[in-house]
Amino acid sequence: MIYDHILIRYGELGLKGKNMKQFLIQLQRNIKSALWAFPDTKVRRTQGRIFVELHGEDADAILTELEKIYGIHSMSLAIKVENDLDTIKQGALTALKENEDAQTFKVSVRRANKGFPIGSQEMNPLIGAHILQNIDGLNVDVHQPDVEVRIEIREHATYITSKNIYGAGGLPVGTAGKSLLLLSGGIDSPVAGHLMMKRGIQLEMIHFHSPPFTSERAKQKVLELTEVLTSYGGPIKVHLVPFTALQQEIFKSIPEKFAMTVMRRVMLTISEKVCEQVGILSVTTGESLGQVASQTLASMNVINEVTNIPVLRPLVALDKADIIEHSQKIGTYDISILPYEDCCTVFVPKSPATNPKRETVQKYESRVDFTELIAEAISEIETVRIEQRKALADDFDELL
Amino acid sequence: MIYLDNSATTIPEPSVVNSFKQVAERYYANPSSIHSMGAEVERLQEKARTQAANLLQVHPNEIIFTSGGTEGNNLAIKGIAFQYKKRGNHIITTEIEHPSVYEACKSLEDHGFKVTFLPVNEHGVIQLEQLKAAITKDTILVSIMHVNNETGAIQPIQAIGKLLNDYPKINFHVDAVQSIGKVPLPLKEERIDLCTFSGHKIHGLKGTGLLYVKNNIRLSPLFHGGNQENEVRSGTENVAGNVSFVRALRLLKEREKISMHDMKEQQILLLHRLSEIEGVHVNSTIDGAPHIINFSIPGLRAETVIHAMYEAGFVISTQSACSSKRNDISRILQAYGLSEEIAKSGLRVSLSYGTTKTEVEQFLQRLEETIIQLKEILE
Repeated sequence: MIYDHILIRYGELGLKGKNMKQFLIQLQRNIKSALWAFPDTKVRRTQGRIFVELHGEDADAILTELEKIYGIHSMSLAIKVENDLDTIKQGALTALKENEDAQTFKVSVRRANKGFPIGSQEMNPLIGAHILQNIDGLNVDVHQPDVEVRIEIREHATYITSKNIYGAGGLPVGTAGKSLLLLSGGIDSPVAGHLMMKRGIQLEMIHFHSPPFTSERAKQKVLELTEVLTSYGGPIKVHLVPFTALQQEIFKSIPEKFAMTVMRRVMLTISEKVCEQVGILSVTTGESLGQVASQTLASMNVINEVTNIPVLRPLVALDKADIIEHSQKIGTYDISILPYEDCCTVFVPKSPATNPKRETVQKYESRVDFTELIAEAISEIETVRIEQRKALADDFDELL
Repeated sequence: MIYLDNSATTIPEPSVVNSFKQVAERYYANPSSIHSMGAEVERLQEKARTQAANLLQVHPNEIIFTSGGTEGNNLAIKGIAFQYKKRGNHIITTEIEHPSVYEACKSLEDHGFKVTFLPVNEHGVIQLEQLKAAITKDTILVSIMHVNNETGAIQPIQAIGKLLNDYPKINFHVDAVQSIGKVPLPLKEERIDLCTFSGHKIHGLKGTGLLYVKNNIRLSPLFHGGNQENEVRSGTENVAGNVSFVRALRLLKEREKISMHDMKEQQILLLHRLSEIEGVHVNSTIDGAPHIINFSIPGLRAETVIHAMYEAGFVISTQSACSSKRNDISRILQAYGLSEEIAKSGLRVSLSYGTTKTEVEQFLQRLEETIIQLKEILE
């Protein structure tokens, strides 16, 4: 007998009442999409459970992918056996033997199929006794067992699991609407995006680039960061905004001290317009309070003035060290630290205002008309869709 | 011609050669250049690195592209020795290493390092107790090959790794040039710090390969210059070579299971039939790697047999190609404790994926006839 299923449990989803079905459908879709590299797998949804049928595909590799998917509370590799007492006994023994270090165990039988002749209360001791007879040195502990052998007797088959692997929790990406993430290429913004995904948000990216001051490599970096995030929640669109002309105008016409603030205001203005165009209701940024000049509360206050759509800042209360740790965990750190200039690092004022006032910034801004340049930048946006599978598929694949 | 000298080198896979050609022609920019052409080539190389890392189940930062086995072994051994010489000056290796390990270690003796060369038993395997006894507080490196290139003997890498768990100061290098694709070796599970691979042993091109270097291990470079490859190996990257190598690695991994199984069947056939031929002494064992079968025909010079077999359309060899021209007696077979007569007449048949049972049977039949013919002439 070998494991041929992965049983997927979802925690928080259970609370969602009427929307339950949509949540499950989304979760199933996300799982299917994440397992693109395992074409023989089948993702099935029955009686409030999701199963991944392995059909000979590599279970460990699949678990690694599933651990990234939001909306999964826990998973277990499951054996599927016939609804027959002896077969179930044998299966339970096999499942338990997977846990080499176990010293205590308990058996939990759930009989969803009431047509099965033996009740779950009678089944527990039957299976337990069989295990005790066949493995030496093992004891029953119903309170804190090392291993719980779960047996679910369903209509057409019985599923036996013993190892419980925790999933990522959260809600399935795509069940909470969309947000537009300002992605610079640094360490913070991908982490901010990842945190929003945990609450079911589907991301689109907006990136401002300033050729020739920023290079192709910087743009590539943003696409690669996006590619990493697709493995947590499916394909992502990236809107690349040409920002050179605006940036030059800002740094020409606005006093250096306030240039950074105005630049962020313009970026947010453009982001809001993109949101309107594509039907997105919020913007997400990687701002964390007090990290740099543009991220003081005063600065946020002034920048936020240009829009009234929600600006989500999931990192606002996190320490830099925690953000770095998170980015290492999700696999964006190594890309983020590649040393390419981005639009936030090219034009850096020597001493940006850390305590800008709305009135002051308004005054300077009123002397310049950015409308046309903004319209132009928006009309020249290049949108790229990064696919989950071979996100950056290209000529290189045939060489490798 | 039936090619049975795959441990010397393999036949390059046409698609790997083509990949090299395409990259050399189209992506010729220097990956370190700032312009977009350079960026494109850099991206290609990094994609290759990531793919190699995925295939070996390690991190891309842990891959150093090299020119092959000899460089990889030298870089690992001298790199560790010079980097960590303040921690200690003792190195442990074995008597049956490939010359690129053996001689590299010997050369370090001139630089004040002490080297222990562990002996092997009659099956060509080291004894763990002897390894343990050899470890001193000055030991900074243990370098042990996975599969021997002349006989196919497999060293207990897993057990050695376990033993070395108690000695965190010691770096563990494994020369896996002969084993990859033939004998499984999960790098992460077995406490390996450095591991050498070569392209031309896996149907790739000469001048390609990689060294796995576990994160946080520093190496003193052999080449100084532009600080490429994580500052460990300077020199403009051989992008075409590296890409072609990774392709060869992917193809190898894809067919690994099937080819290991096929080679095992042929190894069994070869060992069985060779042991039945009169006058043949089989030096390899069934526990060894499936693709290398070493045997001696005392009384017949190895060279004579090779030429006679070549005339008949079979390519086989003596010892390792790297030492066979210089020396009559195999250092490896001597280390087995075999007589000079046997150590002098060692022959090696080495298989690869694609070697068929029919070819092996033809070879065996022809070998039997050849031995009879040659012995008749000599008598």
